[in-house]
Amino acid sequence: MTKIKSLDDLRQKKQQLEQSMDIREKSDHPENLVQIKVAMATCGIASGARTVMNALVEKIKKENIPAVVTQTGCMGYCYAEPTVEVTKPGFDPVVFSYVDVKKAEEIIDKYILNNELLDGILPPNYQTI
Amino acid sequence: MQLLVCGGTGCRASASATIVEKLNESLKAHQLTEEAQVVITGCFGFCEKGPIVKVIPDNTFYTQVKPEDAEEIVAEHILKGRKVSRLLYEDPEKKEHVEDSKHMGFYQKQMRIALRNCGVIDPENIDEYIARDGYSALAQVVTDLTPEQAIDLVKQSGLRGRGGAGFPTGLKWEITSRFTSDQKYVVCNADEGDPGAFMDRSILEGDPNSIIEAMTICGYCIGATKGLVYIRAEYPLAIKRLQIAINQAREYGLLGENIFGSKFSFDMELRYGAGAFVCGEETALIASMEGKRGEPRVKPPFPAESGYMNKPTNVNNVETFANVPVIFLKGPEWYSAIGTEKSKGTKVFALAGKINNVGLIEVPMGITLREIIYEIGGGIKNGKKFKAVQTGGPSGGCLTEAHLDTPIDFDSLLAAGSMMGSGGMIVMDEDDCMVSIAKFYLEFIVEESCGKCTPCRIGNKRMLEILEKITLGKGNMEDLDHLRNLAYVIKDTSLCGLGQSSPNPVLSTLENFYDEYVAHVKDKRCFAKKCKALARYTINPDVCTGCTICARNCPVEAITGEKREPHFINQEICIHCGVCYQKCKFNAINVE
Repeated sequence: MTKIKSLDDLRQKKQQLEQSMDIREKSDHPENLVQIKVAMATCGIASGARTVMNALVEKIKKENIPAVVTQTGCMGYCYAEPTVEVTKPGFDPVVFSYVDVKKAEEIIDKYILNNELLDGILPPNYQTI
Repeated sequence: MQLLVCGGTGCRASASATIVEKLNESLKAHQLTEEAQVVITGCFGFCEKGPIVKVIPDNTFYTQVKPEDAEEIVAEHILKGRKVSRLLYEDPEKKEHVEDSKHMGFYQKQMRIALRNCGVIDPENIDEYIARDGYSALAQVVTDLTPEQAIDLVKQSGLRGRGGAGFPTGLKWEITSRFTSDQKYVVCNADEGDPGAFMDRSILEGDPNSIIEAMTICGYCIGATKGLVYIRAEYPLAIKRLQIAINQAREYGLLGENIFGSKFSFDMELRYGAGAFVCGEETALIASMEGKRGEPRVKPPFPAESGYMNKPTNVNNVETFANVPVIFLKGPEWYSAIGTEKSKGTKVFALAGKINNVGLIEVPMGITLREIIYEIGGGIKNGKKFKAVQTGGPSGGCLTEAHLDTPIDFDSLLAAGSMMGSGGMIVMDEDDCMVSIAKFYLEFIVEESCGKCTPCRIGNKRMLEILEKITLGKGNMEDLDHLRNLAYVIKDTSLCGLGQSSPNPVLSTLENFYDEYVAHVKDKRCFAKKCKALARYTINPDVCTGCTICARNCPVEAITGEKREPHFINQEICIHCGVCYQKCKFNAINVE
């Protein structure tokens, strides 16, 4: 990693990252990439989020689905863990609750591929800065 | 199109499941099943205006929907594209219908500032933090501002410590900056000992870089080159993610020599706590870091003057640090516009206990308890009745139904007999015994007391003994007066915050639930049915078949009765062991 030695370096780095995240979303595939975030704070991991994340990664790889799975911190819905947030390009992010391996596969088959929502989505109840 | 129907407890109690049925019926009747889908969601948090139906993608928010309205929604909105205005949410102040839910004030009930990146970025990837303006505040401070100017901005924002005491952060930094020394330290208190509190853990697991950035800014302001994070060893994931973040920051040169090309250098390391609650107190924490037993010492001198290794040290809580970069990114005016007059900004609360939506919330100061518990929290579990909410952990007090409309901020909570504390909020319902709760917190305190000062070491133990007597049914009215006196003495004479606040649960339950104590002491009854020793077992003569199993198993022969005649338990002899209750095959024994 090259060192960030000045404010300009930081600004450049930020621009670079914004561009690369853009490319990641728009270039390789004509349809944009779906962002999948799995909440992996202690509450999530304790409820089995790792298994869910592995299942998602495998299915995406096996079926060549244009999606990216990342881990993230606590979204605040600790009572409904494991939670998974799916952002399809052009749509608002949707958070699914009580996700097990079966539901994770349904999320991919029904929501991502078919635009069909599943029961048990959590409406956003906060704004972030 | 999708029709989201709220399936939270509140809406379900108002027939939201029937609404789903009717919507599906109407969609089928109008042959719209291909175009629209009905989905049951979790709680929208807007329970007062439920049942809620939200239409996507136009974000129309219908409130107080009845099953009879389903047909109209489908026929008018889905089929013809005309919104049903009488069901739209009406803004109470502007008296206008709000069509798009994004414009509703409801979403400002929670505002994530300290948690801004939690659940948004991958905490193990510093690039994602940078892409969301990470380290820009540090860059601005180090390249553009003098330490005095930066401290001034923090002071202007009105940020107060989030660890519990609420001391103005800018002032603390300023005081520490004024002391001269060859070495100064920035310490982050990540001990988080309060039972049920996990705000700091979530910030460290979800956005560790914000702490690194804030500590570095603090170091620049006060003139320190070393940072220490005192983190409890019971947080292995937070430790792991924080260490990864530190390593990545070092690789980028954001920690180390000549940060952003200036003369300022700063680095930090982790120190592990071994799980003592008292080590959340700053002087005990410092003693623990120095390798000594975690015992507090007299203040003054405050750590700002003489702290770690007797050098000027600035100790701040994780959540306080998490707010710092935002003050520079958005400006102190933006920050101080949120919250109340004396308590600016937001606070993260860990909602736990008998509430539906257990989890982490971040709300602007000034929101009421009612909004938190019933709207954001989704109400009491299983439809039970609210009894009390404990704020501030073992140092705080219980707030009752009368306090539900108290705006939450440092001063108003103190005035109500509790305190903000670090942000734990435990909700209790009608099945909780307040005497047992006070006893539980005291048990915790007695375990965790370091033992250095007499009032805390001996006083708390005596209070616990009295409470144990009471819950076993052996208390009397003098015990209650004795308890109260002891509590005041301990509060006034303890050396550190642990002892000074340990009587709070006892005092506030005595104040707000005196009748429960009296019932335990005079009537020997526990109405919440939690104190096993006070449970009264009675046989229901209408159900009892006279099978004699209970009488034969009673260890003290307290049950009398003829075969095939209803039996009777002698309350004078009964020792409340509960064997009869377990053995009865006819559910004829009542426990109260």
